[in-house]
Amino acid sequence: MNVIDRLEAQQTRSDLPEFRPGDTLRVHVRIVEGDKERIQVFEGVCIRKTKGGNRATFTVRKTSYGVGVERTFPLHSPRLDKIEVKSQGHVRQSRLYYLRELTGRAARIRARKLK
Amino acid sequence: MLGLIGKKIGMTQRFSDDGEAIPVTVVQAGPCTVVQVRTKDHDGYDALQVGFGSKREKLASKAVKGHAEKSGRGPFAVLAEFRLDKPGDYEVGQELLVGDLFRNGDMVDVTGTTKGRGFAGVVKRYGFAGQSATHGTHESFRGGGAIGACAYPGRVFKGKRMPGRMGGVRRTVQNLQVVEVVSEDNVLLIRGAVPGGRDSQVVLRPAIKAAG
Repeated sequence: MNVIDRLEAQQTRSDLPEFRPGDTLRVHVRIVEGDKERIQVFEGVCIRKTKGGNRATFTVRKTSYGVGVERTFPLHSPRLDKIEVKSQGHVRQSRLYYLRELTGRAARIRARKLK
Repeated sequence: MLGLIGKKIGMTQRFSDDGEAIPVTVVQAGPCTVVQVRTKDHDGYDALQVGFGSKREKLASKAVKGHAEKSGRGPFAVLAEFRLDKPGDYEVGQELLVGDLFRNGDMVDVTGTTKGRGFAGVVKRYGFAGQSATHGTHESFRGGGAIGACAYPGRVFKGKRMPGRMGGVRRTVQNLQVVEVVSEDNVLLIRGAVPGGRDSQVVLRPAIKAAG
């Protein structure tokens, strides 16, 4: 194993649940304001996952007061308190950018059947 | 000041304790061997000659082999000299390790050869803005524009920035922070980028302009 792989392996988290693009997630983010710490929840559909050791990221999209909001999180960031998988969606792409064009009923994602 | 010769391994990121993602360059630094001690009396200046890496026996000339042998090691891939006030404190053959020279949080200057970019235009080479993509521009979207006036001065000034060879030159980046020293692997994690591509040689020195 080369040095970079080893360094990245040191900082990857193993406590996170498995999820795929199309799943609806609740991401609990630790936010530090001054010396106070609180947890903020960002809930939406995962539209993208990127790989790359401890540099992996995922993007969550939600519609907030009619405005689409996307947030990209480093998957292995210590600032993520936890990720909850609310529901698993059936999708046929790995990058769900087409959701940006859709709203309301059209933007729904079918549930994935568990085998 | 004493430094080390190293090899750029690549880049990655590290998370700090408070969760900030820090971009780092991974540099294999040392172990280096003292090959020669240069003194004012003998050589006219005080310095330490240091070797790093190894070279196939077959590729080294007898002179190079003989020179390296004095330190008890095979021929080195690179040699470098570091000016010191008291080179007498070191002995030929002595090994220099990252852990002894650098600490977490230190500032370093990194010297290397930048990536060669070939014959580059003025937009890439000097950051010129180029020209408008619309409004009737034709055949000169990335051109540098006018290069001078007319009858006066009747020539183009020296030093006018124009297209040409870019990169492939020795450059030093000053004041880079050492994020982490990994002594077991002889590896240094340096915040930000370092000149050169992967596997290129770099020279690490304590920062000469470090604040405080």
